[in-house]
Parts: sequence; C-alpha cells; structure tokens
Amino acid sequence: MLPELGHFALILALLLAGLQAFFGIAGAHLRRDRWLAAVAPAVAGQFVMVATAVACLVTAFVSHDFSVRYVAENSNSALPLFYRVTALWGAHEGSLLLWIFLLAGWTLAVAAGTARLPARFSARVLGVLGVVSFGFLLFTLATSNPFLRLIPAAPDGRDLNPILQDPALAIHPPILYTGYVGFAVAFAFACAAMLEGRLDQAWARWTRPWTTSAWAFLTVGIALGSWWAYYELGWGGFWFWDPVENASFMPWLVGTALVHSLAVTDKRGLFKSWTLLLAILTFSLSLLGTFLVRSGVLVSVHSFAADPMRGIFILAFLVVMIGGSLALYAWRAPLLRSSAGFELGARESFLLFNNILLVIAAAIVFGGTMAPLIADALGLPTLSVGTPYFNPTFLMPVLPLLALLPVGLHAKWKKGRLRESERAIGVTLAVALVLSLAVSFGVFAQAKVLTLVGLTLGPWIILSSLLDPLDRWRRKLSVPRAVLGMAIAHIGVGLFVIGITVVQSFTEEHDVALARGEAASVGGYEFRFGGVAQMEGPNYDGVRGSVVVTRHATALGTLYPEKRRYWVQGTVTTEAAIQMNRATNLLIALGDDLGAGRWSVRIQVRPLISLVWLAALVMAIGGAVAGSDRRYHLAARSAAAAAAEGAKEAAG
Amino acid sequence: MNRFALPLALFALLVVVLAISIRHSPDKSLIVSPLVGRAAPGFALPSLTDAQHRVRSEDLRGRWYLLNVWGTWCVECRAEHAMLVDVAHSGVIPIIGLDWKDEDDRALEWLAQLGNPYQAVALDHDGRTAIDWGVYGAPETFLVNAQGVVVYKLVGPLTRESWTREFLPRLPRPAGVGF
Repeated sequence: MLPELGHFALILALLLAGLQAFFGIAGAHLRRDRWLAAVAPAVAGQFVMVATAVACLVTAFVSHDFSVRYVAENSNSALPLFYRVTALWGAHEGSLLLWIFLLAGWTLAVAAGTARLPARFSARVLGVLGVVSFGFLLFTLATSNPFLRLIPAAPDGRDLNPILQDPALAIHPPILYTGYVGFAVAFAFACAAMLEGRLDQAWARWTRPWTTSAWAFLTVGIALGSWWAYYELGWGGFWFWDPVENASFMPWLVGTALVHSLAVTDKRGLFKSWTLLLAILTFSLSLLGTFLVRSGVLVSVHSFAADPMRGIFILAFLVVMIGGSLALYAWRAPLLRSSAGFELGARESFLLFNNILLVIAAAIVFGGTMAPLIADALGLPTLSVGTPYFNPTFLMPVLPLLALLPVGLHAKWKKGRLRESERAIGVTLAVALVLSLAVSFGVFAQAKVLTLVGLTLGPWIILSSLLDPLDRWRRKLSVPRAVLGMAIAHIGVGLFVIGITVVQSFTEEHDVALARGEAASVGGYEFRFGGVAQMEGPNYDGVRGSVVVTRHATALGTLYPEKRRYWVQGTVTTEAAIQMNRATNLLIALGDDLGAGRWSVRIQVRPLISLVWLAALVMAIGGAVAGSDRRYHLAARSAAAAAAEGAKEAAG
Repeated sequence: MNRFALPLALFALLVVVLAISIRHSPDKSLIVSPLVGRAAPGFALPSLTDAQHRVRSEDLRGRWYLLNVWGTWCVECRAEHAMLVDVAHSGVIPIIGLDWKDEDDRALEWLAQLGNPYQAVALDHDGRTAIDWGVYGAPETFLVNAQGVVVYKLVGPLTRESWTREFLPRLPRPAGVGF
C-alpha cells in the first residue's frame, strides 16, 4: 500500500510543480498578482508530497519490502539499517528521487528567503525552479519509477552494491547533489532577471549567498568522493579524471568562476551578461553531468544500469532547459550594459583573469570528457582520454590562476595602483620562496621544478590571504564574514596546492610479495607481514591481513588490510588499511594470494595526502562563512523596504 | 548574429553530438544489466534430471555457456523453446536451464513433449538464484564466458534474429568455442 501512496504523491508533486511553474512565470509576465499568491503554497505542497514519497520508499527499505523491485534490487535482509536507509540512493531511480527531494528543499528555502524580495521577481525565480522540478518528476515517473512492484515478490533482495556500503559514500551523493541542485537557484535567479529584462547590483547581492552555499556543498561532495575512491577502490590516488568525477568537477570550476564574477557584479555593477552566462553554464553542466552519468553514454566505474530511453528523455530535457535559457540569453543579454570602467591593475581585471582561466580549465576537462563521444559521432576510432592528457593540460590555465591569486588579493577595486602593494607582494613571495626551499631540500632533500613552484605558490597564497583580515584587525576595524570567508577559502586553496605538490612529488609506492614474517622497507618505514586470517562480517566474509609498521625501530601499530567477498552478489572488494603518521599516510592493500602463504601487498607512503581533502573542507568552510554574511540578509530587507516605499508612493 | 547567440549555437552543436552518441553505438544498449562485464553469481542447485547431482556454477568454469531462465508457467518460454532446441543441435555452446519457481513434474513433462535442449537443468524453487542474477521475468538468457564473466544478457524470448545478431558475434572464433 505504501509504495502506491508514494507513487501517487509523486504524481501530485508533478501537478504542483506544473502549477508552480505556470503561476510563477505567467503570473509575473501577465502581471496578475493574484496568481502569484498561489506560487508559495504550491512550493510547500510539492515539498510535502516529495517528502512523503521519500518516506514511503525509506519505509519499504527499512521494512524489507521485497515486493518493491527497487528494494529487491538494492537491499537484502542482512543489510544493516544504516545502509538500508542510504540504499535509497544506491541506484538510478532512488538517486533521482533524492535529486528531486533536495530541489524541493532548496525551493522551499528560496521561497522563505525571497519572501522579502519584489513579488514578481520572487515568483519568477520559483516558477523557473518549478520548471526544473517538473522535468525531473516527469522523468522519474515516465522512465524511472522507484515504486514499481515485483510480482511475485522476491523472497530476499540482491543487496546494495558492495562498493556503496561505506559511510563516506553513503553521505557523498546527498552532499554532492545539494551542491548540484543549489546551482539551480543561481540559474533560476539568472532566468528571472532575464525574463524581467532588468539586472542590477541588488540582483547579484541576492544571488551570492545561494551560489556560495551551493558551491561549498559541491566542494565537500567532490572531496568526499575523492576520499572514498582513495581508500575504498585501493587504486592509490585521489583523482582519476574519470568521466563521472569530471561531471562533478566541471560545474565546480564554472561555479567557482561564477562566485567571483558575482562579486564584481555586486560591488561594481560590471560583468552583468557574463555573470548571467556563467549562472546558466554552471547549472547546465550539472544537468549535463546527470545526462552523461544516467544515459550510459559514457561508461565509467560509477555508471549504474543505463537505458537509452532515459538518455533520449534527458537530452530532450537538456534542450528545453539549456537551449531555452541560452535563447533567452541571446535575446536579453544585449540589453544589459555596464557603464563603469576599471584600470588594468584593478581587482576587476584580476577577477576577469580568474574567470577566463577557470573557464579555460573547465573547457579542458569538458574537451577531454567529450572527446570519446565526439570521435564516436564522427565515426573515428575509439578514443580514450586519461591522465596523460588531463594532468599537463589542466596545469596550463591553473598555474597562472594560482600565481595571479596572491597578486590580485592586494589589488584595489577600480584603481590599478598595484605599486602601493608592491612591498606586501614582494615580502610574502620571498617568505614563501624560503619556505619552499627549506621544505624541499631540508625535509625531502630533493625537488623538481614543479615541486618548488607548488611549494612557493601555496604559502604565498596563504600569507597573502591573511594580510587583509590581519590589517583590519590591527586597525581595530570589524572583519565582515564575507572578508573572513574569502580569506579562509583562499587559505584552503593554498593548503590544497601544498598538499597536492607534496603528494605528487614525494610519494613512494611498491608492490611486494610477502610471506608470513617477511618485511619490506618503503619510504623509511618497515612493514612486517603477519599473514592473513579468515573473518566474517554481517553480509560478507573474507580474509584479513596484519602488517606491523615500525620506523626507526619504534613500533607504530598494526594495520589490517581486508579483502571482502559479499555473499549475495559475489563481488570482491579491497579494503585498504590506512594509517596516519605525522600527516604521512600509510596505505596497505592486499593483492592476490600467491599460494604457500605468500600474498602480493601494495604499500604506499604518501606524505600529506590528508591535507588535500582537509584543504577542500577549509575552502567549503570559507564558502559557508562568506555565504552567511549578514550583509546579504540586510540587502534583502532593504529591498523589501524599498518595495514597500514604492507601493506607498504608488498608493499616494 | 549577435555574439550573445554564440553559446546557443555551440550548445546546438553539442546536442547533435549527444544525439548521435545515443543512437550511434549499439554497444550502449547492452548495458541493460549491471551484471554484464561482471562475474556471474555462483549457484549450486538440485538438478531436474539427475537427483544424485547438483548443478554447480563452479563446474561450468573454463567454458562458454548459455544460462536460460524459464518455467512451464511462462508463455513466452514455450515460444522460444524451438529456437533453443535448434541452438542445442548446432552444438555451438551448451545451454544450462534455470527452472524458475516451477513444479518438477510439469517441467519434466514439458521437456519430454518439446524436446530437451539443456545440458543440465538447475531447479530454482525459491527464486533466490534468479534474484542473484537480476532476472526481471522469464525468459532471459545470459551468455557467460570461460572466465565466468557475463558477456551478454537477453531479456525476452531468444529468436533467430537475436541469436545471429547478438550471440553469435560474441562467441569466440572459430570452431574453438572452448570445449
């Protein structure tokens, strides 16, 4: 009964999304203010309906209702409760439902947050979000209904994909999707501005907190995915340029550009049409990512079962959403003019370079991801694009981007008087250079050119980010959250550069064959293999090895790498054992049983790898702090006051 | 054309590429089962014809085989049965039957009546193995290679067309099918 209720709730949600879209957009266009009053109730109703559907599916999972096909395919009576709940987004249908649920949540928050904005504008924003939601609900109901029954009911389920049975991956999709979906809000703001034919600095100020929050979520989501890939897949890396990773990385790059371009539009009223375009592109890339993953056009370790019908549906949806918004852009953007100018050395030019370089970086990732498809469409031989393409080409725009960052931080708005900051720039650079040489030759006694460049850029960015907040603090000025958040996020960038440089330059990795009692020495650590033992978990069995780690004759502990065999699907997964030792990451993964008690063992010693994910978290915290600045809320309030004034004048 | 229309034009180009890539590659339609490309789930089930032995997936290792999911209650299975018999006669590949949620007497009667294309018939009374294999509904036919990896899955009855178009090209060439 409950699954049917969930299905019915989704159909009602579809109707409400249609009403929300129609009354929001048409009501504002035809200036029927009574229609506008229906928009917010439709938003609330839609949220309740979608939440009901989610609750029904979760109940089916928790209560082992294997008469629901999606549950039978993604759960099992031996699956622990936590994973029975997260199995909701373990495959295609439920992931879509999660997407829709998060969109409904964001829309509700937008409805509450924009209540103080001009009524027609906020109705248009909600109307555009209604269109997005309508498309996804229709997609779910038409091609991917998670409530389909299995007749006869299965006696037991096929179990959740074992690689998804991991805490990090269990929470990775909701956070990632929160970011993706959050960019729908920036998109809706952009479309509303274009529909209205008006875009001012207040618009940018309203859009900023939403965009920054979405960006922060996406940052955490990507970092979690990378962390999971590191210890679960046991491939020994944190980024593989896999199409699905790229699909989340492209919106991040363009979204980062958007965050910066919005700053210019907010402060100086410049880059208006460019900001609009970035808002459209960011969300379009989120949609495109969904398309690439869900249609099965790209084959990747992450892809779920694919269906060409779904691909065609998503493509049609892309044409409507992206094509429609870009057509609107071609029509309306020429009307937006910026009158103000700026000098070459001003902060505006640095942010312009930031935008150009980030978009180039996104284009490089896009090209590499799409190249196999384009080759296929042209009938060329199958093409495979991997790390050898991505790593060097991606560095080309990113190195100048990182080098311009500390200089740009010292630049002032409008005026290009960089000379005033010459000393600050020089001193920070000198300190960073000394640090870089000290670390490279003092700690690791070796360095390549890129090592020195990276180790200089990182500290330079951090020191430069600290100057402005420290200066304000010394002069006893207040440090607004926007400034503090920006400094934190940029410190995150600096830490990230340091982490990635050290990992890439100083990692040691060996595959060795070890018998019980034998030891291998890697990167100054000694690893003694203690053999393997059989073990059993709730829904798997396998073997567990033990490896004692010592350094300078001091025992640092024992690591237990595992190989698990999940009963139902028969899948074997490698659970690498990881230990932190003074920020150095030791990873041991069990390979194959070589017979006679010998096992192949992969040993990696990666200094500072945790810093890579920690830095991403710092960036996201910076985004969260900046997004919560009171200035934006005050802006909304003053807009409401202005609207009230206007109404009073009109009445008088 | 104004420069603001440029993004729209580029997007149109992208749509063309995406549309072609959906239609273009027949390979993509194969990924209907997440099982394709992965190890076939193991089973050890009672045999329909030989009460002494069990049909085990491990015993099938080292050679290619078809796993055909059927049941006497299934109308479509009757339709495909003649084709299965033809395939069995051609001797290209052994067929293992998975008799899904069925009654043994009826199954034996069915084989006596229509001919037995199966090298062995495994009895899946409680349907557990069918779930492991991701069976949506009978009939379904899986092609499994010598390493025990599912190469292809056909949902619906096996026809001469699907046999020549989907199965034959996937089999190892030439006469050496591996047994």
